[in-house]
Amino acid sequence: MTLATSQAKPAEKRTKPSATKIKLDRSDIVLRGISYFFVTLFTVFCALPFVLILSASFSEESRIMRDGFSLFPQGFTFTAYEYIFRYPRVIIGSYVVTIVMTAAGTALGLFIIAMTGYALQRRDFFLRNQISFFIYFTTLFSAGLAPTYIWIARYLNLRGSYLAVFLQLLMTPWLIILMKNFARSVPYEVIESGKVDGAGDFRIFAQLVLPMLKPALATIGLFLALGYWNEWYLSSLYLGSTVEFKPLQYYLYNIINTANALKNSMAGANVTITQLPSNTLKMASAVVATGPIIFLYPFVQKYFVTGITVGAVKG
Amino acid sequence: MATQTIQRKDPSPVVRQPNRSSKLKQLGHSKALIIMCLPAIAFFVIFSYCPLPGTWIAFTNYNFRDGIFGSPFVGLRNFEFLVKSGQLWLLTRNTLLYNLAFIVIGNILQIALAVMLNEIRAKYFKKISQAIMFLPYFISVVLIGVIAFNVLNYDTGALNTLIKETGGDPIKIYSMAGIWPIIIIICQLWQSTGYGSIVYFAAIMGIDDSMFEAAAIDGATAWQRIRYIILPSLKPTFIILLLFAMGGIMRGNFGLFWNLVGNNATLFNTTDIIETSVYRMIMSQNNFTSSTAVGLYQSLFGFALVMTCNWIVRRINSDYALF
Repeated sequence: MTLATSQAKPAEKRTKPSATKIKLDRSDIVLRGISYFFVTLFTVFCALPFVLILSASFSEESRIMRDGFSLFPQGFTFTAYEYIFRYPRVIIGSYVVTIVMTAAGTALGLFIIAMTGYALQRRDFFLRNQISFFIYFTTLFSAGLAPTYIWIARYLNLRGSYLAVFLQLLMTPWLIILMKNFARSVPYEVIESGKVDGAGDFRIFAQLVLPMLKPALATIGLFLALGYWNEWYLSSLYLGSTVEFKPLQYYLYNIINTANALKNSMAGANVTITQLPSNTLKMASAVVATGPIIFLYPFVQKYFVTGITVGAVKG
Repeated sequence: MATQTIQRKDPSPVVRQPNRSSKLKQLGHSKALIIMCLPAIAFFVIFSYCPLPGTWIAFTNYNFRDGIFGSPFVGLRNFEFLVKSGQLWLLTRNTLLYNLAFIVIGNILQIALAVMLNEIRAKYFKKISQAIMFLPYFISVVLIGVIAFNVLNYDTGALNTLIKETGGDPIKIYSMAGIWPIIIIICQLWQSTGYGSIVYFAAIMGIDDSMFEAAAIDGATAWQRIRYIILPSLKPTFIILLLFAMGGIMRGNFGLFWNLVGNNATLFNTTDIIETSVYRMIMSQNNFTSSTAVGLYQSLFGFALVMTCNWIVRRINSDYALF
């Protein structure tokens, strides 16, 4: 199943269908009708929740309290957003933490994954199979949450440190296998030609192989970035309330789940919790916390389909 | 993994001699490659292998002061308790059934969606609908919790808004354990179907055009085209994805369950899976013995399942084996 790369290529080509040249059967027309109907339906189904959240965030709290959430904004106001940005310290701190972690983690993770993936597919590397298995084994058997937690919190002493979150998200076995599959497509002649020119293994990697791995870097980079941006779980385990600026999704998690978090995040706002427009604030926080990650997709779309296709087939 | 690489022809055969000097030579030869692997090796040693001895906690009456190996040994008593209380059975049942539902329904929908996407000819319609279908995959599970709250909560939920508008009585969804499997499955499918269908879509795109042309000339209907060309050619992809999924069948999607259900004990009977239970034991009860025991049970059970699956697959068709 290494035909994945060649599979994705015709994807663009075959938009002009070969079947239209031959006259359409009635069943073709029926199928096409059904397809348009259900694809539209599913697209709407995917989009609706986003509309719900957006319109709720622009609604007036009093009307939400009376009538409940609905698909269209109840009134139109920026009150919730004004609250969030009136005392922007907390939210900006969260943004900075998340952006720094995402950028640094994606860059570092990508570099290590690329290096490892490349080394592990080199046919002349005699430890290749052993190291591959060493990494793969961690997906088969793991210690589980409790021992891992004790090890990291108590023995590595990382409780309350951003490092506990940052380091653990750097790589997964699956991403390394994915990179290895990608790196296979680099012809061995390229490496050999580098060797003939007297380049060391690291230079061959950095100057010859890395530029050829662009689709892989885009795909795996996207997975890493999503992992960092959407992280809340490790934060809840290792950061808890020990840090002032929580990663965005954990910030959102707290706002949704604990009544006090909402008030604390509006620190300085001299209001009691009942005065806050809590329903619309939650929705506006959700919009702000999700933010830019959604717009990442169009930039990597070109590579993404190839990427997951390669990844889904045999590791 | 291994089988695949061995089949490849080695263009630069290294003469393998079992003596020491050649081993050393190899080591020197691949020094740079080994160094390149070191960060990753260090990562897995620290975060995956080092916690392994900690599973010993499952057999002790762990307390913080005495540490992992100083705490009194209690044999299998932690497991005994979990089995007797019926908790282990409940968690296993829920975890397995949810994953089965995700795998079966998920794959059916993904294939159906891929087949239908393939029928769509309008270029921009296809592009835009695909982009929107991907959106759910990009958001965090926390946001899914927000969405669920927006739609389902009793006082202001969009669903109850709709019910009230049509004259019905609002329903307390957050205390109805029976319908949560459906809600959780819908949420999981909402997030993963669009993304999951790409793999199948790419596989359909990879089918040789001449097959479709030949079928059209022979007067095949659209249904026959699907039945005899498209579905059979999706079979290998389906089997591989299925095997991958089987490997994780004892592992639950913690984030989804936790953000939808959280600490809502009235729903646990139908919604508690291994991960959520372990998380609660640690975070709210500081119970490290039971949580380690459940975790170890999960790992061992999962490991045995993967091994069995792989063994069976290897006997039937070794091309499909994972390793």
